[in-house]
Amino acid sequence: MADANNGRIEIEGVTKRFLTPGGEVFTAIKDVSFTVEPGQFCAVVGPTGCGKSTTLGMVSGLDRPSEGTVKVGGKVVDGITDGVSFMFQADALLPWKTVLANVALGPIFKGASKAEAQARARDWLRRVGLTGFEDRYPHQLSGGMRKRVAMAAALINEPKILMMDEPFGALDVQTKAIMSNELLGLWEQSRPAVLFITHDLDEAVALADKVVVMTSSPGTVKAVYDIDLPRPRGSVQEIRFEPRFLELQHQIWDTLREEVERAYARTAGGPVTEGKAA
Amino acid sequence: MAMLTRTERKRSEPARTAPTRTGVRRALSSPLSTVAVLLVTVVWTVPSLGLLVTSLRPEQDVAQTGWWDFFAHPHLTLANYHDVLFNGGFGVSDGLMPYLVNSLAITVPATIFPIVLASMAAYVLAWIPFKGSDTIFFVFFALQVVPLQMALVPLLQLFSGGAHIGSLTIFPAVGMGGSYAPVWIAHTMFAMPLAVFLLHNFIAQLPRDLIEAARVDGASHFRVFRSVVLPLATPALASFAIFQFLWVWNDLLVGLTFTGGAPESAPMPSRLAQLSGSFGDHWEILTAGAFVSVVIPLVVFFSLQRYFVRGLLAGSVKG
Repeated sequence: MADANNGRIEIEGVTKRFLTPGGEVFTAIKDVSFTVEPGQFCAVVGPTGCGKSTTLGMVSGLDRPSEGTVKVGGKVVDGITDGVSFMFQADALLPWKTVLANVALGPIFKGASKAEAQARARDWLRRVGLTGFEDRYPHQLSGGMRKRVAMAAALINEPKILMMDEPFGALDVQTKAIMSNELLGLWEQSRPAVLFITHDLDEAVALADKVVVMTSSPGTVKAVYDIDLPRPRGSVQEIRFEPRFLELQHQIWDTLREEVERAYARTAGGPVTEGKAA
Repeated sequence: MAMLTRTERKRSEPARTAPTRTGVRRALSSPLSTVAVLLVTVVWTVPSLGLLVTSLRPEQDVAQTGWWDFFAHPHLTLANYHDVLFNGGFGVSDGLMPYLVNSLAITVPATIFPIVLASMAAYVLAWIPFKGSDTIFFVFFALQVVPLQMALVPLLQLFSGGAHIGSLTIFPAVGMGGSYAPVWIAHTMFAMPLAVFLLHNFIAQLPRDLIEAARVDGASHFRVFRSVVLPLATPALASFAIFQFLWVWNDLLVGLTFTGGAPESAPMPSRLAQLSGSFGDHWEILTAGAFVSVVIPLVVFFSLQRYFVRGLLAGSVKG
């Protein structure tokens, strides 16, 4: 790949502070540093309220760090980062547009003609197995099918970086496994760098090359693990039983557990204050 | 961080709203309240029916009997409408027709201008962070307490004479006398604070994901506004359009002040006020005139209400 260097994400000493409505300064993340190599699948896990979504916002250029720098492809992020796509827990589909029009929106926003955008959208719908559903509206589809539409919409612009904010968080376990497999299949074809945020450690280990564990309030990087399970990994349901998977999973869980317990003790003890700033 | 609040809100919402909603529903569906609602509806509708029937009865009938007599002697005629619209009745200038045209020419732009400006302002204030945006929004909000009567004379002065300090002209006098422009501008100005406030509150609540996804896909702010925000804000736009249309349509004060009641630009209420002065005992003329001015807001309300209800339904299905 000629522009292989473009998808490298470097987060260096990033701190983000918010002003709460009460006028207090709230530190969402503090001195966070990690790097995602081009084509690498990086998962970020951590307890609720550790600033994972804040980090994504700064990589995409929707938000600015208070301190430190975020670089994409060696360039400091200012303004919307080029070649980034987003996938959220709630599918960002427009309810009044058909499936085809929703997927075609990405190229149209980029300036493609309507005919070209629709042709590419048809192709992507075929790749995610939704041929024949072009004229349906999002509310007529099942949760899994909407996820596939969202996936096609995220990948159609051929991003260098794919950011996923708990994309499968709202799905049932079986659908989640199926969607994870399909995501891996599509990812292998174009290999963008992926920043994948999740609560689910099993999901993170099964999918990623690298797992970043974050602490909560303020969010900091606690540890980074390389996942050396060989690719292609096949089904995410099966990989869970491999000894190496279990070993890594135990190792990371030991780190994560005290963070989760700490965060739980804080939120269970009193009213939730962390969420306000976001 | 955002995730936490989002999921928390989702989880707690049904628990909070469900009991009150079912409680209200149960209270509203009891037979007693159904009867009460029917009764109120009838009491409310009867005068409107009286207005319509009176406007359709011949002059002598109206002078001699009440409108309910129509059920015994049903003579109906459209002559009153013809009189009030085209003859103006009894030698006094011409009918309501030119004023009806004026009213439409004033009301339609005076509804569209504030919606366009306020929705853009609301998007910027809600979704583009910049220094001082909170202050600007607060000023808009605070301006709602200023009564528009206070601005009438200065604004009129500004339009006709311009603004000067000594011999220095800050704002030149613009010759807009006799045109609709002063009324459009005045109505737009007076509508802005409430419009920005209402639309801002709605647009700020739109799902962040939709807007950010479009932004990251490379859509400009204007593109996001046009293709994502405006369609999603249709219910809010429609409800504000209804309010603004009704307010401008029924307005006498601003219309009379800025047109001087001249036939070439004055709206219908100013003519209706004149009519009730000169034809106080010709009910058939007055009711016909009144009904003409009722019909158009009704048409607007029912044609926009569709969007209004659809928006509400779409929201409830999604949640």
